[in-house]
Amino acid sequence: MALKVLVGCKRVIDYAVKIRIKPDKLGVVTEGVKHSMNPFDEIAVEEAVRLKERKLAKEIIVVTCGPPQAAETIRTALAMGADRGIHVEIPLDQMDTFQPIHVSKVLAKLAEQEKVDIVMLGKLAIDDDSNQTAQMTASLLNWPQGVFASKIDKTDAGLEIIREVDGGLETIRTTLPAVLSADLRLNEPRYATLPNIMKAKKKKVVKMKPADLGVDMAPRIQVVSVEDPPVREAGQTVSDVDDLVAKLKDKGFSSA
Amino acid sequence: MFSTPTKLSGLVNTLRFARNQSTLVLVEHNNEKINPVTLNAITAARALGGEVNCLVAGTSCGDVAKEVSSVEGISKVLVAEDAAFEGFMPEKLTPILMASQNQFKFTHIIAGASAFSRGLLPRVAAQLDVSPISDIIGIKDKDTFVRTIYAGNAIMTLKSMDPVKIVTVRTTAFEPATVGGGSAALEAAPAAAGDTADVSQWVGQELSKSERPDLGSAKVVVSGGRGMKTGDNFSMLYDLADKLGAGVGASRAAVDAGMVPNDMQIGQTGKIIAPELYIAVGISGAIQHLAGMKDSKVIVAVNKDPEAPIFQVSDFGLVADLFKAVPEITEKI
Repeated sequence: MALKVLVGCKRVIDYAVKIRIKPDKLGVVTEGVKHSMNPFDEIAVEEAVRLKERKLAKEIIVVTCGPPQAAETIRTALAMGADRGIHVEIPLDQMDTFQPIHVSKVLAKLAEQEKVDIVMLGKLAIDDDSNQTAQMTASLLNWPQGVFASKIDKTDAGLEIIREVDGGLETIRTTLPAVLSADLRLNEPRYATLPNIMKAKKKKVVKMKPADLGVDMAPRIQVVSVEDPPVREAGQTVSDVDDLVAKLKDKGFSSA
Repeated sequence: MFSTPTKLSGLVNTLRFARNQSTLVLVEHNNEKINPVTLNAITAARALGGEVNCLVAGTSCGDVAKEVSSVEGISKVLVAEDAAFEGFMPEKLTPILMASQNQFKFTHIIAGASAFSRGLLPRVAAQLDVSPISDIIGIKDKDTFVRTIYAGNAIMTLKSMDPVKIVTVRTTAFEPATVGGGSAALEAAPAAAGDTADVSQWVGQELSKSERPDLGSAKVVVSGGRGMKTGDNFSMLYDLADKLGAGVGASRAAVDAGMVPNDMQIGQTGKIIAPELYIAVGISGAIQHLAGMKDSKVIVAVNKDPEAPIFQVSDFGLVADLFKAVPEITEKI
């Protein structure tokens, strides 16, 4: 019964960093910029580790698709409690056109090869904001999906998942195997403790290329430009509520 | 003030393009009425030029199909009614979309960006082996789209090289199409190929019920953050909202703290809105929250911390104790 879980994680620019556009206007400056594990993926890793602690999962394999530096991201996941890692290496200069369609093919292949029961991903990556990979992976595998999950429970027949949707919460049930994606409130990820970071160095990480999995990396998009968003004109401080109300009325806002 | 990049100018720029385009708009609905996000998607579909068709799939499609057919500029409405579509489960809807695509060979499949379309369209894209394009804010031509990345801190223009474009549309970037004046033909959608195994099941939903304007379409939104301290304190925001005829939203911090339900969250991964007036109360203005509201026409911030980042985007900033200021605003507005 104990499940095998494949968790995907991505190395992204840290969520608190103020990004800058490259002078060639074809991308964002990444060199010398702080990177971390995508916050949604931390939640995914945490959920997998909790499944293991509850004895519902027996093995957690963490996968990342990324440049050599992404090895740090795997190490973080291993330090949080994943058992072993797979680093699918993507050259840094191909990262801009490396998209969910490519990642999902890698994950689907690995899920089949490793015979996992659950593929657990973050809902979206905070750099490209796509929110597609879990859905595409599930589709390729012809597995059910439980995306934007805020609660995951095991049932006799599979899983019961509560999802965050536009109007509130939705409950679904799926059979296993399944692909899940973690939403913000699924859990609060742990910090890797120093002893666990040290232990993680001994855990096995295998490197491979997409071609080893038969996955075609050909880009599907051409980046035409990356630009700053329109800048808002500077606003003003108002002195008190009367001042604010007067200014709002000036703009045509008053009681309905 | 700056103007939203693509509302009318996008339309004008792109009407020239694209003769042989044939677009399918995936209609979002609740078996009674169209969800407004679909009307924004129809505008985007029309901007591409070419034929615009709609697909209504659900357990009881009659009323919705009729409403859709009355939107101007629609060629035909494909209808797929089946008890199996309860809960609009993506595993069940994917084959229906695939059957329509295989028969009609659309060049574009479009939907308003929402939890529903995000769950479903990437599944379809994977089947068609194309890279979906999420949350566009502009259309340059039939292959070229504009979308935000890094929580709205950069704008990317990209050209898709795939033969079929699967696109979700940020509703704040396209005017809603008007219902009425159209008379599209209704047609049964092609049947799904094969039998879909019962791998997933819709159990139920807990939707927030509110008489207030929906966040996506409200002209005015009042929003509360960590500074509100408790869910009970949101009542002062509801009072202000009632006076303004406004919707009420919240920051992630307020939702995480259990003050309000998740459907009120405004931000990078919550709702992205652009009302005429956004009043941020007790919200610090983290990057991820700004992503959800910085295209609002007028932004007001009320926060006791003069250093709060929200003041960098607000048009009118009031440094004050919200517990005094908000009731006073409600009284005087």
